[in-house]
Amino acid sequence: MKSNRKIRKPISNKTKTLLLMLLPALLLFVLFNTIPLITGAFYSFTNYRGYGSYDFVGFRNFSDLFRDIRVGKSYLFTFKYAIAGTILVNVISLLLAMGLNSKIKFKSTLRGMYFLPNILGGLVVGYIFSFIFTYIIPTAAKALNIDFLSNSILASERWAWVGVLIVGVWQTVAMNTIIYISGLQTIPADIYEASAIDGAGKWCTFKKLTLPLLLPFISTNLILSTKNMLMVFDQIISLTKGGPAQSTESISYLIYRNGMEGGQFGFQSANAVVFFILIVTISVVQLVITSKKEEQL
Amino acid sequence: MSSEKSFVSKAPDIRIKPAKEIKKDKDGKSKILLTIVLILGCITILFPLYMTVIIALKSPSEMTNDITGALSFPKILSLENFAEAMRVTNFWHSLGNSLLITGSAIVISLAVHSMAGYAIGRSMAKHKGFKFIYFYIVSGMFVPFAILMMPLVKETAVMQIDNMFGVILLYVVFYMPMNVMLYSGYLKNIPLAMEEAAEMDGASTWKTYWKIIFPMMKPMHATVAVLTALGTWNDVMTPLVIMSGSDKTTLPLAQLNFQTQFGTNYNLAFASYLLALIPILIFYIICQKQIIGGIANGAVKG
Repeated sequence: MKSNRKIRKPISNKTKTLLLMLLPALLLFVLFNTIPLITGAFYSFTNYRGYGSYDFVGFRNFSDLFRDIRVGKSYLFTFKYAIAGTILVNVISLLLAMGLNSKIKFKSTLRGMYFLPNILGGLVVGYIFSFIFTYIIPTAAKALNIDFLSNSILASERWAWVGVLIVGVWQTVAMNTIIYISGLQTIPADIYEASAIDGAGKWCTFKKLTLPLLLPFISTNLILSTKNMLMVFDQIISLTKGGPAQSTESISYLIYRNGMEGGQFGFQSANAVVFFILIVTISVVQLVITSKKEEQL
Repeated sequence: MSSEKSFVSKAPDIRIKPAKEIKKDKDGKSKILLTIVLILGCITILFPLYMTVIIALKSPSEMTNDITGALSFPKILSLENFAEAMRVTNFWHSLGNSLLITGSAIVISLAVHSMAGYAIGRSMAKHKGFKFIYFYIVSGMFVPFAILMMPLVKETAVMQIDNMFGVILLYVVFYMPMNVMLYSGYLKNIPLAMEEAAEMDGASTWKTYWKIIFPMMKPMHATVAVLTALGTWNDVMTPLVIMSGSDKTTLPLAQLNFQTQFGTNYNLAFASYLLALIPILIFYIICQKQIIGGIANGAVKG
């Protein structure tokens, strides 16, 4: 109520300065986020190839999208990867965080070590792991007579996604662990003491105390890791280039591949619009669910 | 709550002590076990790095067809791979570009995002317009690069900034939602009284900001700098699509571009990978505390 009346008043000098301070950020954001977003949505209704002339095709790109086998496969792979990855990353990093938060020796060295994968670039990490998958593991498997691993898993249409998953998890765990550790540190120690005195077991303490108190951090981590894993790109170019037989083609990679080089600018714009809507929906659903849980407490 | 706590910690003091001592022994053992498990877990992190260093230091003739050929220590340390890798990937050129891009992105982000965070954080409660702009910018967090990519390639080409300058500006925009959120959140820790006193003395809003508020946001500057640096330094996609027309490369981009030239010479390839990792590794070893602290700080405030 009050604010409405204030706006009608002539703008004060202070507000003017504050607006000016906001201006550079706002200009850049409109120019390089909103305008391309709108242009992308615009092209999704055309048959633009990235060059030359184009016509409007209405919703045809979108209806084609649902019939395109390659697009369908990329969604299947991306979601399989993101769901498995998010679960693995959060379980592993929560366990690691609890370990690294207890009173042990070499605590800060260990923390530093476990964070290391996060600072290394995904592309180079992918190349290094690619050598492990195609050379080290098969050679070791042959020497030990393990048939299953004697060929590179990256060459297997069925298992290549697991290779990408391992590298993705290896890198993402680091960041989530740090976030969980900082979450664990917000829980005062005397709460644990009290629960120990009440005779609560370890599992009970974890379920009834740690998990609920960590909920805001779990929510942050879930949203962050789902979003990052859905946008997987670097690991794909360095590990599989989408192969074998397009079995590891992620949505981002397909949009890059066919939109930039394959002359499907319009069609892949439609793909990107659908992808964008999906990411927003998933994030909002995650937010609503976790904030409901937080309210219940 | 507080009365309960004081009751618990004060009254049964005598009774708890022996129980605690018994527990201590058990705890000590499980702590040692935990430490050992955690140290063993480090192998998953150190093994790929160990392998990288070893292969990079070897000559191709030492790479026999078994595991020991790849993983044993080299008989003669050869630094030739590095010299060759530097030449092939034009290392110093790409290192310089990466430093320039990351450095500029950080400096511009600190200035532009902190100003925006301040303007929004101080006015959000009073003006609906600022609140709207806040949500408008923060919602950018959910826009995937995939949808911006193709239009941005066109746009930067038209504006003739399909070069390093364009990449820097794009990074400033990509990290804006998160950074503005962090800055405006952090402002709640800085009491209004500080600026009000300065303004009473006749200082302008602009001056007050740079002289008083900006220095006080130092912990958040560290967080923003770390998060922006890690993201931009390792990014491949943006320079790949935006700078593809120019002959400039960044450190990761050079690895991608020269991948085919390494062929089956793994020693050369790994020397090049190691070179690409070394700058950020050095940075991490020196600033490890600030980096981890910065991220933890961002997580609690965000």
